[in-house]
Amino acid sequence: MGQERGKRGVFLSIDWMTIALYVVLIIWGWFSVCGACYDFNNPDLFSWETNSGKQIVWAGTSLVLASVLMLIEKKFYDTAAYVIYGALMLLLIVTIIIAPDTKGSRSWLPIGSSIKLQPAEFAKFATALALGKFMGEYGFRIKKTKDISIAIALIMLPMLLIICQKETGSALVYFAFFLTLYREGMTGSLLFSGFACVVYFVVGMKFCDDYITNMPVSIGEFSVLLLAMIFSIGMVWIYCRNTLAVKILAASCLGTTCIAMLFSMYVIPFDVCYVMLGLCILMATYIIGLAIYTHIYRYALIALFAVLSTSFFYISNSILNHMAPHQRTRIEVLLGKKDDPRGAGYNVNQAKIAIGSGGLNGKGFLQGTQTKLKYVPEQHTDFIFCTVGEEEGFIGAAGVLIVYLFFIWRLIVVAERQPDTMGRIYGYCVLSIFLFHLFINVGMVLGLTPVIGIPLPFFSYGGSSLWGFTILLFIFLRMDAERNMKRQ
Amino acid sequence: MKNHIYEYRKFVIGGIALIIVLCYIARLAFLQLSNEEYKTRADNNAFLNNVIFPSRGVIYDRNGELLVYNQPAYDIMVIMREIKNLDTLDLCKTLSMTREEFDNRMKTIKDRNKNPGYSTYTQQLFLSQIPSEEFSFFQEKLFRYPGFYVRERTIRRYSTENCAHVLGDVAEVSSADVKRDEYYEPGDYIGKQGVERSYEKELRGEKGVEVLLRDARGRIQGHYQNGAFDRKPIPGKNLTLSIDIKLQQLGERLMQGKMGSIVAIEPATGEILCMVSAPSYDPHRMEGKQRGAQMLEMQRDPMKPMLNRAVSGTYPPGSTFKISQGLTFLQEGIITSSTQYPCVGGFRFGKLKLGCHAHGAPLPLVPSIATSCNSFFCWGLYNMFNNRKNYQSTQEAMTTWKDYMVSMGFGYKLGVDLPGEARGMIPNAEYYTRRLGKSWSALTVISISIGQGEVTLTPLQIANLGATVANRGYYITPHVVKAVEGGNVADSLLVKHFTKVEKKFYDIAVEGMRSAVTGGTCRAANSLQYEVCGKTGTAQNRGQDHSVFMGFAPKENPQIAIAVYVENGGFGAHYGVPIGALMMEQYINGSLSPESEKKAEAFQQKQINYGTRER
Repeated sequence: MGQERGKRGVFLSIDWMTIALYVVLIIWGWFSVCGACYDFNNPDLFSWETNSGKQIVWAGTSLVLASVLMLIEKKFYDTAAYVIYGALMLLLIVTIIIAPDTKGSRSWLPIGSSIKLQPAEFAKFATALALGKFMGEYGFRIKKTKDISIAIALIMLPMLLIICQKETGSALVYFAFFLTLYREGMTGSLLFSGFACVVYFVVGMKFCDDYITNMPVSIGEFSVLLLAMIFSIGMVWIYCRNTLAVKILAASCLGTTCIAMLFSMYVIPFDVCYVMLGLCILMATYIIGLAIYTHIYRYALIALFAVLSTSFFYISNSILNHMAPHQRTRIEVLLGKKDDPRGAGYNVNQAKIAIGSGGLNGKGFLQGTQTKLKYVPEQHTDFIFCTVGEEEGFIGAAGVLIVYLFFIWRLIVVAERQPDTMGRIYGYCVLSIFLFHLFINVGMVLGLTPVIGIPLPFFSYGGSSLWGFTILLFIFLRMDAERNMKRQ
Repeated sequence: MKNHIYEYRKFVIGGIALIIVLCYIARLAFLQLSNEEYKTRADNNAFLNNVIFPSRGVIYDRNGELLVYNQPAYDIMVIMREIKNLDTLDLCKTLSMTREEFDNRMKTIKDRNKNPGYSTYTQQLFLSQIPSEEFSFFQEKLFRYPGFYVRERTIRRYSTENCAHVLGDVAEVSSADVKRDEYYEPGDYIGKQGVERSYEKELRGEKGVEVLLRDARGRIQGHYQNGAFDRKPIPGKNLTLSIDIKLQQLGERLMQGKMGSIVAIEPATGEILCMVSAPSYDPHRMEGKQRGAQMLEMQRDPMKPMLNRAVSGTYPPGSTFKISQGLTFLQEGIITSSTQYPCVGGFRFGKLKLGCHAHGAPLPLVPSIATSCNSFFCWGLYNMFNNRKNYQSTQEAMTTWKDYMVSMGFGYKLGVDLPGEARGMIPNAEYYTRRLGKSWSALTVISISIGQGEVTLTPLQIANLGATVANRGYYITPHVVKAVEGGNVADSLLVKHFTKVEKKFYDIAVEGMRSAVTGGTCRAANSLQYEVCGKTGTAQNRGQDHSVFMGFAPKENPQIAIAVYVENGGFGAHYGVPIGALMMEQYINGSLSPESEKKAEAFQQKQINYGTRER
């Protein structure tokens, strides 16, 4: 009887709004796959021979999978979290060994003759569960170095294993878990440092060969050093509230830079960056001095940030110069330094053409020429968003993004209302993964982020990823449903 | 367990999501709404406009004999990635090429510098314009060479060895052609010379197009919107020339080993019956792939076989010009049919002496034409230019004279429908004033009255003079195309261009030309079957005199007017008259009598030694 009440309870207390968004995305995704895979010679969208037909099967089995998951109680995950995690880590290791080489990656396990599964897609929910279980335990404190180290190790292990499968893109997704750590109290300066790294890299590399007019000063180098100063001084202000130190640093660093610039501009042109480099070193020394004087260890960390920021440009520049030429080209194309429509930039360029040709209303269902004629590679998997942009235009593409925004917003609301830490952490893991996929996948199609081969959830063709995302989501929805059931 | 201290961070995370989505929407707006560039690039990507070439119009002679036609030729295409187990040696043998040639060809195809559109998925040109005879061997074995395909094209073929200058030829368009007319694309064919060029628009028809969808590898995926945007090609129109190919053939035979030209015109219509320019060449040399090499060889030939002397060559007309002088003097009232001028072995005036040959003197106009008396026409011009009753000055007289010449079709292009027409030279008063100052007089320019000096005409203009006399006072613009398929006769070809001389004076000129045949310089042209009228010319120049004949026949209702110009042929009676006579016989009777055939045989063998001097 209890079970029966439980069942009805599950049905009644499930978060229907999330389910609705999930279904909308899957159906919308199916139409996009139809557009991307439409074959002039085989116009039957429902045939098993076509990808659109297969995608129906994947969607159907996903719904079955979802129903089954709704039956598994949260208690099961609570007890089995580590076992599941361990099992999937094992599976990842096995995959490295036995998986056949598919386009250079060893991540696909063949099941039967025609179906292949990618265990990496399923490792995500296992990691999320293990992370939730570990951090939800009584006594876990994120400020404790040992606790946070174990949490980070739980994230890094699957990442490393997936890198060993030569699926760097899928591995990068695990960075999304840091967003969860941030929610749980990890210091924001770490996130900010990551952000600073990206900014340094993009600005520094993109403009390192451009020079300020009439001066032998590389814009890239100059900007990175200037940002390093501003960020470091800003951190002193935000984390230490030492107004005097901020005034001294700002006046000396920025003032000297200005004077040097004017001197270079009107008297003798010279490379101002040497002056700035010196200033950065002086600044770091001053902050270390403050750390020793005040015994506040934050100063030491800020000094470390300053030193790393200063050296970042030079280190990354030398790494870039030692890279294999094709990798360097890829980075240069990404930064817009090289235009190479037939080579490394081909995918992104064709993707932009496909999306750009869609206009406001798009060309209509199955009318897109770019995606249909296979100008965009990987159009039904990683570049599926092109089809949306081409056939449904600005309205459709922006619509997809807005539905995703709602979806993530809803997941935040649901995660925040979880009564226990494990549920909340798991929820944040889920939404962080979705957000990361959205950010990288759509960004890459629009030519804004690097080309990293990860799917757009519910849109990209493929059983493994659809099942992976369904499992990820429905475990969470079941957890949430139980919260309501308990309240009843 | 609520974690309230950090709950505010849900807004940070939500904010990150919001910012990402807003950034992406802004980017979408930029890509999709702000510019059209991506749209055009998408169209260029996906649509392949496959051009379908129309068949070029064929060309007939005036009797419906086919002269120029199209023959299918074949390009052999190759798709690299489909080549399997190729027996290279066997292929080379079939296409009669060496292994090295094969390897070089393959290397060129794969070289993206030389072949920018290279793709292993699409057809690449392997060999072009294989004639059908050679091709049939290949076709039989085609199944043994997977990856090799055939593309049909046409090459221009000629069923005659004659008439090269009029027919002209076709070749691939030059980059200048492409720039001038956007109809053309590189690789298209265009008429380069002759009627192929002047009737290019009619002959070429209109290209059709299929709009095909093409995938990223260049493979065709079908017609765009089931062919809604496809256009069928419109075939070119056929031409019927006014040329009589048999007459043309005879003309070319007679001119073998000589330089010069024969032009025959049907006076009533202005239709050109034959246009011989010697030396000529066999139009077959311009067929297909060999054209480039053959052209180069002919351009280097000092005899300039490519030059159409009939319209582009300008020569002193010699005594044939005297007809136009007699007509002018009659119309201007300088002479009457009975006016006689002395001839004392030529024209003598003070120190000036212009020789003539032995004949009775003094003579009126008709016998002067018959005997080709120089003195008569010199006196005529002298009296005209010094006639102060009619003209206030020599200049004015000269201008009047020039107007007469122009009205007869001299000094300007006649407007024949062939490229490269020259205008010849009729000097005017300003010309002499510029060259000689004010001091010139009738005596200074006296030689223009006998078709020497500054005067030059094209053989076509000389023939047209014959046609004008035959018509008794007008001509119709001479043309080589009698009819364009489905087209009306151009209005310009119905206009009678009347000269400034009245018909009654022409009757006198006709009498003169008739008596030249019956008892004068053209006796060799006399025929018992029809009345021939003619006038010889012996044009002086730096070397041996040019031999000229102008005439028409029959006298009443003339069917043919003709000009024969043989460079360095000596007296008009040596080459011009007999060749003209044979030509008229051929045209009027449709064939030569056995006796004439023997004569023709003899003329065919006659050669004039021109040396190797550059002309």
